[in-house]
Amino acid sequence: MGNILSLTTFIPLIGAAILAIFLRGEDAAAQRNAKWVALVTTVVTFITSLFILSNFDAANTGFQMVEERDWLLGLQYKMGVDGISILFVMLTTFLMPLVIASCWDVGTRVKEYMIAFLILETLMLGVFLALDLVLFYLFFEAGLIPMFLIIGIWGGKNRIYASFKFFLYTFLGSVLMLVAMVAMFTAAGTTDIPTLMTYTFETENFSILGVQIIGGMQTLLWIAFFASFAVKMPMWPVHTWLPDAHVQAPTAGSVVLAAILLKMGGYGFLRFSLPMFPVGSEVMGPLVLWLSAIAIVYTSLVALVQEDMKKLIAYSSVAHMGYVTMGIFAVNQQGIDGAIFQMISHGFISGALFLCVGVIYDRMHTREIDAYGGLVNRMPAYALIFMFFTMANVGLPGTSGFIGEFLTLMGIFQVNTWVAVIATSGVILSAAYALYLYRRVVMGDLIKESLKTIKDMNTRERAIFAPLVAMTLLLGVYPALVLDIIGPSVNALVGNYETALATFEAATQFASN
Amino acid sequence: METIILFAPLIGALICGFGWKFIGEAAAQWTATGLLFLAALLSWIVFLTFDASAHHNGGYTVTVLRWIESGTLSTDWAIRMDRLTATMLIVITTVSALVHLYSFGYMAHDDNFKEGESYRPRFFAYLSFFTFAMLMLVTADNLVQMFFGWEGVGVASYLLIGFYYRKPTANAAAIKAFVVNRVGDFGFALGIFALYMVTDSIRFEDIFAAIPGLQGQTISFIGTEWDTLNLIAVLLFIGAMGKSAQLILHTWLPDAMEGPTPVSALIHAATMVTAGVFLVCRMSPLMEYAPQAQSFIVWLGASTAFFAATVGLVQNDIKRVIAYSTCSQLGYMFVAAGLGVYSVAMFHLLTHAFFKAMLFLGAGSVIHAMHHEQDMRNYGGLRHKIPKTFWMMMIGTLAITGVGIPLLYIGFPVGFAGFVSKDAIIESAYAGTGGGYAFWMLLIAALMTSFYSWRLMFMTFFGTPRGDTHTHEHAHESPMTMLAPLYVLAVGAVLSGMVFYGSFFGYTDKVGKFFGVPYAVEGAEHADAGHGDDAAHSDEAAAEGDHAKPHYVLTGEPGQGAIHANPDNHVLNDAHEVSWLVKLSPFLAMLTGLALAYQMYIRRPELPARLAAQQRPLYLFLLNKWYFDEIYDFIFVKPAFALGRILWKQGDTKTIDGGINGLAMGIIPFFTRLAGRAQSGYLFTYAFAMVLGLAVLLTIVSLGGGAG
Repeated sequence: MGNILSLTTFIPLIGAAILAIFLRGEDAAAQRNAKWVALVTTVVTFITSLFILSNFDAANTGFQMVEERDWLLGLQYKMGVDGISILFVMLTTFLMPLVIASCWDVGTRVKEYMIAFLILETLMLGVFLALDLVLFYLFFEAGLIPMFLIIGIWGGKNRIYASFKFFLYTFLGSVLMLVAMVAMFTAAGTTDIPTLMTYTFETENFSILGVQIIGGMQTLLWIAFFASFAVKMPMWPVHTWLPDAHVQAPTAGSVVLAAILLKMGGYGFLRFSLPMFPVGSEVMGPLVLWLSAIAIVYTSLVALVQEDMKKLIAYSSVAHMGYVTMGIFAVNQQGIDGAIFQMISHGFISGALFLCVGVIYDRMHTREIDAYGGLVNRMPAYALIFMFFTMANVGLPGTSGFIGEFLTLMGIFQVNTWVAVIATSGVILSAAYALYLYRRVVMGDLIKESLKTIKDMNTRERAIFAPLVAMTLLLGVYPALVLDIIGPSVNALVGNYETALATFEAATQFASN
Repeated sequence: METIILFAPLIGALICGFGWKFIGEAAAQWTATGLLFLAALLSWIVFLTFDASAHHNGGYTVTVLRWIESGTLSTDWAIRMDRLTATMLIVITTVSALVHLYSFGYMAHDDNFKEGESYRPRFFAYLSFFTFAMLMLVTADNLVQMFFGWEGVGVASYLLIGFYYRKPTANAAAIKAFVVNRVGDFGFALGIFALYMVTDSIRFEDIFAAIPGLQGQTISFIGTEWDTLNLIAVLLFIGAMGKSAQLILHTWLPDAMEGPTPVSALIHAATMVTAGVFLVCRMSPLMEYAPQAQSFIVWLGASTAFFAATVGLVQNDIKRVIAYSTCSQLGYMFVAAGLGVYSVAMFHLLTHAFFKAMLFLGAGSVIHAMHHEQDMRNYGGLRHKIPKTFWMMMIGTLAITGVGIPLLYIGFPVGFAGFVSKDAIIESAYAGTGGGYAFWMLLIAALMTSFYSWRLMFMTFFGTPRGDTHTHEHAHESPMTMLAPLYVLAVGAVLSGMVFYGSFFGYTDKVGKFFGVPYAVEGAEHADAGHGDDAAHSDEAAAEGDHAKPHYVLTGEPGQGAIHANPDNHVLNDAHEVSWLVKLSPFLAMLTGLALAYQMYIRRPELPARLAAQQRPLYLFLLNKWYFDEIYDFIFVKPAFALGRILWKQGDTKTIDGGINGLAMGIIPFFTRLAGRAQSGYLFTYAFAMVLGLAVLLTIVSLGGGAG
């Protein structure tokens, strides 16, 4: 099993190739076949990823199952997994079969739709597993193309506008990241990520146009990467593409976007920003903390007044990602443990919430909150599931949503009490907007004529939610499942960070003496 | 056994919530109720056989499962058993079991649901789930598990207040309850974070051990230096304020009466709302070292007791009167807790649970009889129609107003439960504050308590029937399932005060022994007199009469025993030695209240209306609950929505998007031209840009001699 990582990564691509080459026709049978091929492929991917998990040794904080070979033009192809990345891989492979199952009723260009998702899965896995800058860049940027297509072809009425916005935001970040990568290569002479993580980039202050850059090169590199990751997260104030993208994306697209794609930003911070540019992180960290605190309150307030269900949940996602960035840049064990936990947990919860919207969108073809009301009368099972994930979303203890929120807040409190207080007030606002949404959609008497014949969830829909409910509860009651795996790696990450800072501070003191 | 008590309600909830389709509605309900009675039985066994002195530090802990572990933060799911927990166990499981039983009758028919709708198993499932969460709260051995229970009961409360989901008012009240509680939780959570920061643990044991060392230290919090322990105590108390509906965060409790009446009895009278009092008692080692926080608790408790009583005077909805009464009584408990007489706070918590649950269930019985009419203006003369309910309500009223024989002491005072425990608090308040603000507020509140309680009785059961004659004609006594729980609670309302007097409000040695706290004769150097073996000695001392009795003080270190009191905390002793006038004062207040109510509602029923017309502004002020809701709506709710709208339309749409679009209008045409595609080429542009970027990267890397 020397190449289990590549195998897992490329199985979806093989599935996509099979679909592209062998499947012909647009009739019902062909559509069914396409879905089955996609489903089987993603399930197989999940199973192989279980081998990664079972072979993984949490106590080892280095990269494991590393594959390294030469590639074209003297580049290296390098994959590996550590405590930071493994759970993102598992999250992706776990969710993809559910995503495929959720689009079982799609009727237009099914084959292409499935191919898009399969390619997307390969690219997402690649991002989390790549250990070479060029390879990472390739996966990271290419991943957007299938997402563009999913929104642009299977999306709603304003899909062009949404993808336009998506493009604009991402573009700027990508350009800067590219420049930074070139600079990194020039400085360190390698694109090998593990090597770069131990390389110390120049930290000498200099000024550009009269502006003093504290932390020098590292800070600049940090900013360049930040531009890209902050858009991905997304962080306030570069978050406005997300609500539009969600609104226009089909349900399955929204699920992938919220549950997995957003996590690339957080993963990037953990893989690049903290270990490679510790001084830059230290210089810019307070800014991130404040942006996070603002994001939590700002987007929660905006969520309160939304009229479109998907927009509301999208804004809520931005708020939850605020906890993540806050936890990461608290740079202590609880903060980062919490941030990773929050990302994993948010994968299940936000995915489930978008699926919840999808369930009624499929029936009524509207996301307007005002078009609903009193669904509990005809859809008790739906009401229960929606309630469960609403509560998970507001961070109720016993669900996974609590652990991440709690740990990140615990982490930040030790660093900055102002940010902690502002962020903690988010728990009040999240309860307000989430319950207010639930009340308007589910509670009350069922008066609207159009809803009088609406049907409760069918077996397929229930089957999709079941694993999500199980994971949300399981991680909420027994978070050790996650914390045991990430703990040692996070500990090492924090340790290295602090060592690097101590060295830097000793050096600057020496210099100033 | 502890594990069975804890998980029986959860199993009941699951069976009732999901299993009723397979075993039938009735079977599911009986299973849940049966499991609750089992839990109640076991709880009483635990409580009665619990011997604090047999355990190290007066208690023991059963670990169930690992929970959150991150760095030095380590928490388990665990059961901490000591006297505080044991007391809460009997309160929770007893009232819960009785409320389950009562609900068979009360929920049998409900006009809020249509024919054939299965709402009953759902109701029972919520009740059982609530009980489970509440038990998790009181058995926690660390703050985070307590927070789990804390929020868990919040959810159960939310679900039950909003149980009549077709009623918009019920839905609004449910959200309000949850959100206002979250404001309290906000403080609670910050308190936990701060405690972890200074003690590096969130387990009670570690925290308690660390507290003496933190005395006098300061902590920087939102830009200011604070005294560490005072700050943490206040933050935790904010949580207690939310859950226990104390002033400022009390607004949700009256609205919570939208829920079915059994819920009000269980959650909003006997158990959940007392969680705040429990928290303060549980954190007694912290509170004892946070004198400013203690003063604040006393002040706020006294103010709440007074405020809620004033509002209770004029309410017309039978449940709201009792709700404000609950709010007020919780204020009493906080005064006791804030003064450092935690045992007394727990004493009133215990007795109050019995008589208040009883009043609520009695009110439910009235409402049931009157076809869900809740306005007391439409009652009257009901004592002939529903005599059993009447007598039960009478016992409850005698208990809450504090009827007993003053100044008689035969090893314990003689009177109804409320008489014993409330007077204990008022005497403590006098002793603790030297007859200050808290004492007078509580005394006036006692007068008003008597007034509004008798007003309720007179308006409901006496006089002539008012309102719809049809309803009055059909008023009927409740079924046995509803009356039996009332009888049981009546026993508690009559006897619990007298039976438990010595344990909770006896002299310090008795209380210390009961709670497993070491104690010694005052002045003696840490004599190890504390454990059991000197029981004979203390009885002997008691026999010599009150005045000859030596003064004991609790000498335990923080964490030794279920509660902690500083050796210089004499309130418990002093409370017994206040002058006879002070001891008599609550009784006199009660009589005055009774006389006033009798005058206004029996002798001259036209008087209240005239008074209300004469003092119109005051009347409206009280009727509208001091306008708290209106003020909050004006300064919090409306601005939040307005701000949200501004941030969305002006912030997101105009500023951010506007700015980026402006920027984009310059860049995009350039790239689209470059790509040779006019309009729809964003995707292509992107792919092109990416390929271009990759090419640049590859070139540089290749020219640089390849990787590695």
